[in-house]
Amino acid sequence: MKMTFAQKILAQKAGLDYVEVGQIVEITPDFCMSHDNTAAISKIFAKIGVERVKDPGRFVIVLDHTVPASTEKYALGHKEIREFVANQGIEHFYDAGVGICHQVLPEKGYALPGALILGSDSHTTTYGAFGAFSAGIGRSEMAVLYATSKIWLKTPESIKIVVHGKLREPVTSKDLILKIIGDIGADGALYKSIEFSGEAISEMSQASRMILSNMAIECGAKNGYIAPDDKTFRFLEGRAVREYYPVYPDPDAQYEQVLKFDASQLGPQVAKPHTVDNVSPVEDVAGTKIDQVLLGTCTNGRLEDLRLAARIIDAKKIAKGVRMLVLPASQEVLLDALSEGLVDTFVRAGAMVLNPGCGPCLGAHQGVLAPGEVCLSTANRNFKGRMGSREAEIYLASPATVAASVLTGVITDPREVFEGGAK
Amino acid sequence: MIEGWVWKYGDDVNTDVIFPGKYTYQPMEPAEMAEHAMEDLDPSFAKGVKTGDVIVAGANFGCGSSREQAATCLKAAGVAAVIAKSFSRIFFRNAINNGLPVIELREGIDEMKKDDSVKIDFENGIVIHEGKEYHFPALPKEVLAILEDGGLIPHVRKALGKA
Ligand code: SF4
Repeated sequence: MKMTFAQKILAQKAGLDYVEVGQIVEITPDFCMSHDNTAAISKIFAKIGVERVKDPGRFVIVLDHTVPASTEKYALGHKEIREFVANQGIEHFYDAGVGICHQVLPEKGYALPGALILGSDSHTTTYGAFGAFSAGIGRSEMAVLYATSKIWLKTPESIKIVVHGKLREPVTSKDLILKIIGDIGADGALYKSIEFSGEAISEMSQASRMILSNMAIECGAKNGYIAPDDKTFRFLEGRAVREYYPVYPDPDAQYEQVLKFDASQLGPQVAKPHTVDNVSPVEDVAGTKIDQVLLGTCTNGRLEDLRLAARIIDAKKIAKGVRMLVLPASQEVLLDALSEGLVDTFVRAGAMVLNPGCGPCLGAHQGVLAPGEVCLSTANRNFKGRMGSREAEIYLASPATVAASVLTGVITDPREVFEGGAK
Repeated sequence: MIEGWVWKYGDDVNTDVIFPGKYTYQPMEPAEMAEHAMEDLDPSFAKGVKTGDVIVAGANFGCGSSREQAATCLKAAGVAAVIAKSFSRIFFRNAINNGLPVIELREGIDEMKKDDSVKIDFENGIVIHEGKEYHFPALPKEVLAILEDGGLIPHVRKALGKA
């Protein structure tokens, strides 16, 4: 029987020859990820009554959401996590400053083709860009994984999204995923496993693919798979924590839907407040005044994102009255950005460069919004109140759109300023 | 095998109408949660529901927020199972982890009406309605065991000899 990626990997992990859509299987994940919420999870774990984490080697813990701690409460949470990790012998621990979990797991070689990874964070879908099956779970479930290493999963239906043509600079994979979510809606792939394919995806860098998988959850998907190829394997050279075995769908597997998009026709897209599927071409919102821009997060905080923005900013200054926050996704990204002179470009333009972490993305610290303020962000969510005040507005766009806009102080089509204007 | 009376709903029954958002951050015992079950969709539900009743619904049952109370309140109201064309992923997990059986059924849902009787054979994966049998993938014994123990945490405690 022919199987989709989701069927195939769940069958394999469950030790079965075949699983049908809807079938529940019990598996042991290859890796489990949690972040600052490990403090709460460790308390649920204590209620189970087990002293020791069964298999500490499966757990990867990254402190990223509120780093460095800005309140005593956060500091205490971090301290409890450090103690828990030390007591339980969890070696895959990345303390404050290393980076955002969804960047750290790929960089440190856990996001492997054919791996099954669960995380107590909804954007755990990011690792699908490496050919992993990866999904978010609840805190109680993570606590049970500490105790038993086992969890049940239901085999999802699959949607194939085929993207023909090539993206035309400065249009990026961020514009593509915003277009897809805008078209199919916030529940367009509810519970489904998305498989992205087509010329545009093969042409894309590994970093650009991660944006698609990262945001697959924003249309309800359980995971967002991209077939691993030479680009993936090259990225993993010297990083992979162990050997890996890619899993590919059967050529004539059954899909619930096949959706087609044309990358060559696509222009820059913007998600307007307050839902991610409220998407328009940038032209429709051009001229909207902004108070703050955020370049970074687990969606667009990688080197190619910073490069693209720096290319547009060049030697220019950010517009008066606008604040710019730059948030590299990891220490590795920050070091590369330093050696390429990108940090220099941003700081000279007038931006604030923050330490690697989630920063203001979740509205906890480092640049929250006041009532009535407008932020243009490269992040993945624009829900009401997400970055501070419930009366603030968040628009989501690509690094190119954000860079073009920070120079003018209003939402600006990046094609107008991109190296001679490609428009 | 269980037998129960049907409460019938349509597509996209979201967690807000199953358990209103205004109560989500109030500390509440399950029995009190049950008093608000389905409050914004069907005010007759909380008064009329009896232990062993079954909810039958269309596609995407439990969509929206991840609030676990949506599963807890139905369980506490005495609902024996929810049968639907599909479930939101997080509701499905929360339901099983709260000890509430959820059954995904592609056929027969449209024929089932309020106050009909349905029988559910969990072990063999069969729903019986007016003499017709509809099959669903049988829940693996591991998942059945979670349901029988009343949810994930008690199940794990028992499995580990801590209960
Ligand atoms: S950067 Fe934002 S979306 Fe990404 S993990 Fe951090 S808080 Fe979540």
